[in-house]
Amino acid sequence: MAQDSLFDPIDPLKVHTKPPEGHSSNSRLERVLRQGRFAVTSELNPPDSANPEDVYDAARPLSEVVDSINATDASGANCHMSSLGICSLLTRVGYSPVLQISCRDRNRIAIQGDVLGAASVGVANILCLTGDGVGVGDQPGAKPVFDFDSISLLRTLRTMRDDSMFLSGRKITQPPRIFIGAAENPCIPPYEVRAERLKKKVEAGAQFIQTNYIYDVPRFERFMARVRDLGLDDKVFILAGVGPLASARAAKWMRANVPGIHVPDHVIERLEGAEKQGEEGKRICIELIQQMREIKGVSGVHVMAYRREELVSEIIQESGVLEGRHAALRGRRARKLET
Amino acid sequence: MYTVRRFVVRHSRFFEWVYGWFEPILAFLDPLWSRLGYNQIERPVAFAERHIKGFLFDCQMCGQCVLSSTGMSCPMNCPKNLRNGPCGGVRENGNCEVKPLMKCVWVDAWDGASRMRGGDKIAIVQPPVDRSLEGSSSWLRVARERAEEKRASRDAARQAMADAFSEAREEEPAAAPLAQEPPNAQPMQEADESTTIMTVEKN
Repeated sequence: MAQDSLFDPIDPLKVHTKPPEGHSSNSRLERVLRQGRFAVTSELNPPDSANPEDVYDAARPLSEVVDSINATDASGANCHMSSLGICSLLTRVGYSPVLQISCRDRNRIAIQGDVLGAASVGVANILCLTGDGVGVGDQPGAKPVFDFDSISLLRTLRTMRDDSMFLSGRKITQPPRIFIGAAENPCIPPYEVRAERLKKKVEAGAQFIQTNYIYDVPRFERFMARVRDLGLDDKVFILAGVGPLASARAAKWMRANVPGIHVPDHVIERLEGAEKQGEEGKRICIELIQQMREIKGVSGVHVMAYRREELVSEIIQESGVLEGRHAALRGRRARKLET
Repeated sequence: MYTVRRFVVRHSRFFEWVYGWFEPILAFLDPLWSRLGYNQIERPVAFAERHIKGFLFDCQMCGQCVLSSTGMSCPMNCPKNLRNGPCGGVRENGNCEVKPLMKCVWVDAWDGASRMRGGDKIAIVQPPVDRSLEGSSSWLRVARERAEEKRASRDAARQAMADAFSEAREEEPAAAPLAQEPPNAQPMQEADESTTIMTVEKN
């Protein structure tokens, strides 16, 4: 399954081999970013089943085009297979996942334990999120936890990794070797503090950032200008979040009902004016990827499309961001397999 | 009350100034609090604090007050209890994702911080709340912590003295003492304490 993917298989028993010099993990994503290549990540939408094949079916089209697959953690407060479950299935076959941790559902005891568990099965990337409120999900009666916020969670993970201890001060004999990430939402108010908040995340321990959907490029550019003024582009790898809109109607619905998504009117008008709205949505997404690539300080893209992994694969291939890389890596993989 | 707490944020500079006086007095009175017994005064002080701060800030009595670092907008009023800034769900009008009629606590916080002298403290990474301290007095906690800092620096100075004159200390321990001194062994401090009380009463 992993044979013609972009991934290096991780030997589950060797997850604690020393990371390369200057790296904090053996993560493929970290390697690609530190080499200065344009990184591509995407997310796998978790199945509502206990069948591992459902996970592999969703991962297969992504595995050929992305450097890392995010396993979402009950996004939108909707219950699905857990991120940790998906991640351990993915590492088993050599895929490189990003474990997402939302502060909504678990307290500090559960989270710190999960981090060790994840690292032990070969998960090398962890994304720290606040999480949507329980009210927008399928079980609004649930108790919201929010013991950590995303920033105190980042500092906790960094403490576990760098100081080999739990937040209680108790020693961790084998610290998790992880590449720590956070999210940012540049196109959502309060705009003027989004960059300052990013700075706080970097100070707390974030090494890479995956942003929420960006459809408003000028607003994102203003954010990036501020990020560069603060000197953050040298300290953290920023992956811009993009995704195809299925139709003008879907875009309007998302804007009204999903927290934290800003779709400007001109994008919706463009979709409405198109003959095939789905095709136009895809084209907008490809254009966005190409525009993101030109912005100074953007190190990659994070492509999201709910339950449409095939489409993500097409978009990434057509955008041309993998230029030359795919074949080269495939060659290396093939050579490795021959020997 | 929502209206009051938003008024406070608009006048955060004034409240910062008030607290700038209040905290040193709290800390200075540590010997008095100690003599009365922190345990004895915990309940009445917490009661007063709950009502005063409850009225002004909609205080939730987390016991670990950080209002001076959050633009005088109490982060515990955020439905997600975020202590380090807004989440990614703030609405276009700056209102809360979870409570659409409420202004985002962190939009207010940044607004309040922009009026304060120490507004840049909002950039400090805050630890998660210790839930076991919920309901206790943050004022008394601050007094104890500040006093502890003073004690620690005094101890460091005595330690330095003891190290510099280590032979003398070995032969004559009282020449460079290290042990905690009981209040009655420090007549100067006694005097200090009574003058403090007098000045406070005058105020």
